[in-house]
Amino acid sequence: MKNRSLVSIDDFSTDEILRILDLTEEFEKEPTQKLLEGKVIATLFFEPSTRTRLSFESAINRLGGKIVGFSDASSSSVSKGETLKDTILTVNNYCDLIVMRHPIEGSARYASEIADVPVINAGDGANQHPTQTLLDLYSIRKTQGSLDNLNIFMVGDLKYGRTVHSLMMAMSRWNTTFNFISPEELKMPDEFKLYLDNLGLKYYEHNDFTDIISKADIIYMTRVQKERFSDPIEYEKVKNVYVLRNSMLKNTKTNMRILHPLPRVNEIHQDVDSNPKAYYFEQALNGVYTRQAIVCSLLGIK
Amino acid sequence: MKETKQMSVSAIQNGTVIDHVPARNLFKVIQILGLDRIDNQITFGTNLESKKLGRKAIIKISGVFFEDEDINRIALVAPDAKLNIIKDYEVVEKKVVEVPDNIVGIAKCMNPKCITNFESVTTRFKVVSKKNVSLKCHYCEKITTQENMQII
Repeated sequence: MKNRSLVSIDDFSTDEILRILDLTEEFEKEPTQKLLEGKVIATLFFEPSTRTRLSFESAINRLGGKIVGFSDASSSSVSKGETLKDTILTVNNYCDLIVMRHPIEGSARYASEIADVPVINAGDGANQHPTQTLLDLYSIRKTQGSLDNLNIFMVGDLKYGRTVHSLMMAMSRWNTTFNFISPEELKMPDEFKLYLDNLGLKYYEHNDFTDIISKADIIYMTRVQKERFSDPIEYEKVKNVYVLRNSMLKNTKTNMRILHPLPRVNEIHQDVDSNPKAYYFEQALNGVYTRQAIVCSLLGIK
Repeated sequence: MKETKQMSVSAIQNGTVIDHVPARNLFKVIQILGLDRIDNQITFGTNLESKKLGRKAIIKISGVFFEDEDINRIALVAPDAKLNIIKDYEVVEKKVVEVPDNIVGIAKCMNPKCITNFESVTTRFKVVSKKNVSLKCHYCEKITTQENMQII
């Protein structure tokens, strides 16, 4: 995978995804190594995303790499009106790999076509965030032992949720059954359901999940944001339906784990945190190992 | 008897006639095929009556024969266009246009948040449906449907 970019999860074949997951396993065992010594990695965050940036920077620092970059476009030449093209062509000279977060959709693909060094998309607007998808896949495989034939519950905002769309597309490679639980206004868009139909995969849609929760292998929670609703009364009606509480987990499978891309607001009640089925903070830790695997793989080091 | 004045568009000896172009898209077809930048003799007529299209345009280009790949680029603006290939004043071949698998630099991505609408990036699309044309943007991965399609 040397010198390739990672812009969209579809850029990687199933074998390549599995190779990244295997590598992630290696980094989990030994996260501090001198593999990136002498390498300079640019982290260009044209919009703030503290969590993702810290995860990348932790991953790189633990491997001895150096970081240059910015965490906010206002502190870069973008605020002086520089084009993305010029920024990338310049930074390209200073580093061995670019990690980029940008609010404009397609910006990462464009950057990857301009740059000579590999580009990792750390989120381009509502489009793609492939390192999140890979860390989700790693977390699922680690907790379930395999990615095959699982029953995945996706809960909350399924309409605008970039992470659930990418994860759904990626998991469709492993004969997954999906349960989509969302308010009417935030249902999984037709184009994604059509995608599953074409693959012959099973999916079910619900407005509530208390009755069916016992079937889940993975519950993937997302935040239902008030600003997504055209009618504030609709939000008031549904806001408590999509909150996961410890009492709801009584009859769930022993292998079941709860994932969340974070940040969480109130959609997972704090009383869930001490339940061993809560996995979202470990999931965030897995993100560091996954990013180590991705960086090293694209640099041809591993 | 008074002689009626009539302008005749003479037949071409060798070249291509593109017929059934929607009149409103004539100049787009000219632009896409780069006919405004070549030295060959070209005659075109527009706002001609057509049962099928209402008003159609026709273009006769002397001395030019198009590759399928090139001519298919006009499929988005002239999906019903018919080509007559002329050799020695005779029609030797008739062709229809086909929507290609990829579209480069002709249509605009309808996603206002797409990078192609912010910086000077040549648009690129994969054609995901040919019948009711819909295009998937190579950059933002969003779909532009026929009814929202704008030609650059």
